[in-house]
Amino acid sequence: MTKSIMIVGVGGQGTLLASRLLGNALLKANYDVKISEVHGMSQRGGSVVTYVRYGESVDSPIIEKGEADIILSFEQLEAARWLPYLKATGKIIVNTQCIDPMPVITGQATYPDGIISSLKKIADVLPVNALELAMTAGNPKAVNVALIGVMASQTEIPYEVWIETIKETVPEKFLELNLKAFDLGYAKN
Amino acid sequence: MQKKLMIGNAAVAEGLKDAGCRLVSSYPGTPSTEITEHASKLNDPNLYCEWAPNEKVAVETAAGAAIAGARAFAAQKHVGLNVAADPLYTMSYIGVNGGLVIAVADDPGMHSSQNEQDSRHHARASKTLMLEPADSQECYDFTKLAFSLSESFDTPVLLRLTTRIAHSTSLVETKEDEKPAVKEYEKNIAKNVMMPAMAIKRHVFVEERFDKETEWADTCEINKVEMNDTKIGVIAAGITYQYAKEALGDKASYLKLGCVYPLPVKLIKDFASKVETLYVLEQLDPFIEEHCKALGVKVIGKEKFTKLGEYSQTMIKEKILGEKNEILSTDIDVPGRPPVLCAGCPHRGLYSALKQLDVFVSGDIGCYTLGALAPLQMMDTTICMGASVSSLHGRNKVRPDESKKSVCVIGDSTFIHSGITGLINIAYNQTNSKVIILDNSITGMTGHQQNPTTGKRINGDPTTAVDLESLCKAVGINRVIVVDPYDIPATKKAIEEELSVDAPSVIISRRPCALLKEVKHNPPFTVETDKCVGCKACLKIGCPAISIKDKKSQIDFTQCVGCGMCTPYCKFDAIKEGK
Repeated sequence: MTKSIMIVGVGGQGTLLASRLLGNALLKANYDVKISEVHGMSQRGGSVVTYVRYGESVDSPIIEKGEADIILSFEQLEAARWLPYLKATGKIIVNTQCIDPMPVITGQATYPDGIISSLKKIADVLPVNALELAMTAGNPKAVNVALIGVMASQTEIPYEVWIETIKETVPEKFLELNLKAFDLGYAKN
Repeated sequence: MQKKLMIGNAAVAEGLKDAGCRLVSSYPGTPSTEITEHASKLNDPNLYCEWAPNEKVAVETAAGAAIAGARAFAAQKHVGLNVAADPLYTMSYIGVNGGLVIAVADDPGMHSSQNEQDSRHHARASKTLMLEPADSQECYDFTKLAFSLSESFDTPVLLRLTTRIAHSTSLVETKEDEKPAVKEYEKNIAKNVMMPAMAIKRHVFVEERFDKETEWADTCEINKVEMNDTKIGVIAAGITYQYAKEALGDKASYLKLGCVYPLPVKLIKDFASKVETLYVLEQLDPFIEEHCKALGVKVIGKEKFTKLGEYSQTMIKEKILGEKNEILSTDIDVPGRPPVLCAGCPHRGLYSALKQLDVFVSGDIGCYTLGALAPLQMMDTTICMGASVSSLHGRNKVRPDESKKSVCVIGDSTFIHSGITGLINIAYNQTNSKVIILDNSITGMTGHQQNPTTGKRINGDPTTAVDLESLCKAVGINRVIVVDPYDIPATKKAIEEELSVDAPSVIISRRPCALLKEVKHNPPFTVETDKCVGCKACLKIGCPAISIKDKKSQIDFTQCVGCGMCTPYCKFDAIKEGK
């Protein structure tokens, strides 16, 4: 059975590292893996999405509406945007951080209130203040790894596999920070 | 060998190394860029890699190496192949000595492109064999196969990727084979000099080659039949094959095409005879479908499936099986999040100055095309690489009175790619055109590639840098000035002055991209809330780090790089430098 995880956020938030970590952990856990993401223009502060699919044998690298088992959202508005992609039985992890998109900044649109409570009415939502976790770990840039920690606790991949993957993927200089951020996220559930 | 996760582009690069390719010359373009980047990072002493000034130069460089006897390669995005079409069409006549493989990456859905062209038409028009892989393993395998096909059929080979193949990651097993040596070069005017008398004969060869290639396509291993339930038959290639498999599984039988030009004949007729209803699933144009219909094979294609954008498993499942996914929905009104110029982007300063001058802006291809979006909206036209300069000249010829209210904007890399020829035309054929070069010391949109103006080669080695000021003067532009776009008032004043002059000018707006590693950022600026009156004047600059919370302006410290471009917009002195 193929499982589908989506990582969504705003270009520049570090979703690409998150998907690389997830992919490597899945590979280590002996799954067939396909990951799809788009580079280029949308990376410049636009809405970005990475699809990760794994199982015995994976065909399509993309995830469509109603197909995601887990959505990991780096930002609240993006959680609302990508919600239709979640399976009715799926789980959505939402970083509580809000980043105004340009139409909100210019006043053409408003940032909706109460996103998390609206989402909770129809889906299984796990809100996380990942920026706070990253700051506790020592650097706001570790938001992505803290969120990966939260998501890791929701998958069947063993904890040790994750730690090994982080050690292999993250540069030595940032390793301690990232392991700390990961653990803080992992303990969140 | 252990399997590794690789994006399709990296797998192509690994294939180049293991095929014994000697030379890679490319111009960056999403979604093809990482092929050449990855090839360079492999650090193989036998695999020389470079960024060329444009795709035509890249393909010609590879052609020269191939004729000289070495396996050679060039990569570009779909529109890049238009620039390189000239050498491609004639290399099809010349053929090769060492193998020549040209990758072209199409972008269905236009994630990062100005059109949605289907490059398979280039294969047909240039009569060049084209392969299309369906995952990273095939990217690797087909790259290696492409070189041997190139040499056995005496043809360049096109390797067609699409965004979802180029940028999708899947498992790859690599295998090092014996690499061919550089072949002997023998002078052969009849084969390698394409003037009419020789080309007439080579055209005969091209048509004969096509017949041989078609025979091969009918029996080759990469055109595969998978028989399951025979009620539904599907012909597909590349990513669409994966979507079809995901949607239909063993409820359908498949003819998966690895070679999309020339297309097989007998194989298609034979497969069609074994299934009840036959679908051709292909993104963009009815390329395979028209071939089938011309053979008299009854297929369902574009009457049921769109020519627009990307396909997906859901779409195929719905249209063929009538099954729909259950979809969650909320009543949250979700505003869009279009891409924006980054916080600290020097282009923002330049556009802010242009906005104050209210001029016509002829635009070009790069990060700075984002200046067309709100709130700056400082772009009137964008066509293709280099067109900003040449089309401004055309406009100024027919609307000379407005030339003092018109400029064009073009990035450093794009200017070298094909802006310089337009500038030569301005100098030669005399318009008072005002050309603004946005020199941010890098090729930005494709993710920071070096170019001839940066003084560094693909691997970071120092090299000679084009001196833009001298270059512009050398082609006959006497007025060349340099401004710092972070200083918006000074930039505005300088452009205003150039607009008033009856002569062509080049204004170089120079400031490195804020995302470059070597660019030092200042501490984030802050808003003194008691001074802020909530007038929103600072929002006019369109910086993603500035927003309004509780009727006061605020600066997001995770985004702000301390460029200070916003400060002149605040009349109440509320924006303060960070500490």
